[in-house]
Amino acid sequence: MKRKSIAVVGAAETTELGLIPNLSQIQLHADAALNAMADAGLGPGDIDGLATTPEWTPLLANYLGITPSWVDGTMVGGCSFMLHVRHAAAAINEGLCRTVLITHGESGRSRVGVGPFMGNRASLEGQFEAPYGIMGPTTVFTIPVLRYMKTYGVTEEQLAMVAVVQREWAAKNPRASMKDPITVQDVLGSRMIAYPFRLLMCCLVTDGGGALILTSAERARDFPRPPVYILGTGEAAESWMISQMEDFTTSKAFRVSGKKAFEEAGISHKDVDHLMIYDAFAHLPLYGLEDLGFCKPGEAAAFIWERNTAPGGKLPVNTNGGGLSYMHSGMYGMYALQESVRQMRGIAAAQVPGAKISIAHGVGGMFAASGTIVFSNQAP
Amino acid sequence: MPEAKRPLPKPTPETRHFWEGTAAGELRLQRCDQCSHVYFPPRPFCPKCASRQVSVFRASGRARLYSYVINHRPAPPFTAPYSIAVVELEEGPRMMTNIVGCPQTPEALQLDMALEVTFEKQTDEITLPFFKPAGDSR
Ligand SMILES: [Zn+2]
Repeated sequence: MKRKSIAVVGAAETTELGLIPNLSQIQLHADAALNAMADAGLGPGDIDGLATTPEWTPLLANYLGITPSWVDGTMVGGCSFMLHVRHAAAAINEGLCRTVLITHGESGRSRVGVGPFMGNRASLEGQFEAPYGIMGPTTVFTIPVLRYMKTYGVTEEQLAMVAVVQREWAAKNPRASMKDPITVQDVLGSRMIAYPFRLLMCCLVTDGGGALILTSAERARDFPRPPVYILGTGEAAESWMISQMEDFTTSKAFRVSGKKAFEEAGISHKDVDHLMIYDAFAHLPLYGLEDLGFCKPGEAAAFIWERNTAPGGKLPVNTNGGGLSYMHSGMYGMYALQESVRQMRGIAAAQVPGAKISIAHGVGGMFAASGTIVFSNQAP
Repeated sequence: MPEAKRPLPKPTPETRHFWEGTAAGELRLQRCDQCSHVYFPPRPFCPKCASRQVSVFRASGRARLYSYVINHRPAPPFTAPYSIAVVELEEGPRMMTNIVGCPQTPEALQLDMALEVTFEKQTDEITLPFFKPAGDSR
């Protein structure tokens, strides 16, 4: 085994997923954390590192009865948990802590115990974007896509196909929020949200949480579940203001983060058996496939249309149904990580037979930031 | 419930020249005195070479439509459907805006169409820049 290696030894989501009006947001974190600790056979006294968002790390530490000697509260939107995994791996390798708990919980739909969103009008986006009627992700995350579509001749039908394929995966998953099959015509006939995005091209808004426990690969063999090793990690940030993104046809954060993760893992694209690409909207798998290097620029829409990412395809993508059909609490990255871990443990609802390497690629703060984790069930 | 208002900018020392410009009917950008890089949003240094020697100048106001969405969800005080666009200024930088003076439809809003700036006073302090199809006499 490589001298410095890290593994996931506990992983779980909240007991319920979808609509959870009887739990506040911090309890969603705790529910997922308790499930992950049970999964790993650990108690709060065994945890010495804690990373979380959108709850505040010290608040959650006290709530869970943990006194962490390593603390991370990195908040870069929905991929924050990928960054937490990367930071935790470095911290464990540096000897700053031994066992890290990473939690997420978000009452995205029921809004129980959630603070109000306050816009700062003196901030740069408050001055130069907010006055123009932006309403969060549906009108910001979506702005680049027309430029992408014009540059590469991608059609609305092809964009719709992303949602269709992911619903096929969701149909195999009892915990998915939306399981009924849909067609391209269904997607294009659904309500217009922000042209060219229709309702079925936008993610769900649900409640839920998830937690991971990481430790050194050497210790990992003593835990009840088979370890899921972390082969490589990457992270990057570009621009919180969508208008200042360098190129609307590609994400610099995706490219930088993905390249780092591939290089650290020492793998090539043909080694990847399973891929999760954070899909808050239907265009993100297109950007993800291209910016991670699985497709050439402009070729991802045809790649999906030809069913390469669908059940039975050569590169299964978003096998839980994704943010479009499985769940999306607001910060979906944790659920992409959970599905990668399930695939590596061999227990996913739509298990990819014989999968040995899985990548979970996240995006956060619209296109602001990115995180990429390469997992394997084979010791590095 | 109070009537919803457009969320207006709160100028900072670094951005005040921009908002004074729009109030005077000018779109102001900054150019680096060292490397000539033109950039936006405002800041008192060049994001390319880190020089603090930068100058404010009046932009042409000409732009092209880089990308956009048309919001269809209710968003008072905005009347849906309305465009939220990113335009590329002739001088290079991009900025967010609304495209006004034309139907808010995919047919009327063609990527790369020529645009020009137009100003609408919101308060004594704040005038917002919008963009309209070039040559339109609105
Ligand atoms: Zn310069």
